[in-house]
Amino acid sequence: MKLSANAADYRVARFATAAIVLAVAEAAIPTPLPGLKPGLANIVVLIVLLRHGWREAAWVAVLRVLIANLLLGQLLAPGFFLSAAGSAASLLMLMLAQRLPPRWFGAVSLSLLAAFAHIGAQLVLARLWLVPHEGIWLLSPVFASAALVFGSINGLITARLLRELPPPEPTEPAALG
Amino acid sequence: MGARDWLALAKPGDYLVFVALAALTALSCLHFWSSERPSLVVVRAKGKTVASLPLDRAAKLEVRGPLGITHVEVEPGRARVAADPGPRQYCVKQGWLTRAGAIAICAPNEVSVALEGGQSRYDSMSY
Repeated sequence: MKLSANAADYRVARFATAAIVLAVAEAAIPTPLPGLKPGLANIVVLIVLLRHGWREAAWVAVLRVLIANLLLGQLLAPGFFLSAAGSAASLLMLMLAQRLPPRWFGAVSLSLLAAFAHIGAQLVLARLWLVPHEGIWLLSPVFASAALVFGSINGLITARLLRELPPPEPTEPAALG
Repeated sequence: MGARDWLALAKPGDYLVFVALAALTALSCLHFWSSERPSLVVVRAKGKTVASLPLDRAAKLEVRGPLGITHVEVEPGRARVAADPGPRQYCVKQGWLTRAGAIAICAPNEVSVALEGGQSRYDSMSY
């Protein structure tokens, strides 16, 4: 059996690598509250979504969660499940949000909506599983504020990168082989 | 690239989404962080309620426990353990209690002071 990679596979691998690097680098930033972080890797996911569609973006996001957590020694630790739940929720949100008319809603909308889906799912999972106490909701304003700030900034960075990056090269499987 | 250029990257709908989510964030602050006004201070010794006072006027209580007397002070809207014979003084150091559900426990002297009323949705404890 021979596995052959097409152009999309190479793209997913390249973008996933960039997302993993950002996620691992970001883990070095000290944070006052576990899970409170900029989520820079999501910029990569958004770029892939807007350039190459939801399917490839989902691949990048899933690979990022798995491999970044593997590298950080968090695979199957509680933080991994929170991260996975957050990613799954933001992917679902992006699937819906990408139907918004692109003339009016850009990367910032997508980034903000995904960020809120992310923290929403994490808080719900944390409430159901890790901290079965209503007190966890006291943290929601903190996480919502972070999602608002980082969601906006990541969205603007995404919009800027989409403008400045060279347009995607036409697909030439032969050149990649 | 200045701030103006960065903002130019946002589309009209993006501002709409931002404002809506900012409102959601503000609402979550109001909803989860507004302190429920307590209406009652309940003082217990050896598990039995020895006093249940409204929180709208000042009062001073002396509660006897196994180690001696715990002094409880009540002011409008707040209450504290002013003095306690316990060795570690945790309940005294906790200071004024202001939120419904807050409780100061002087475990060695078996005395507790709790604020109740409103809806005490959350417990708080220092130990």
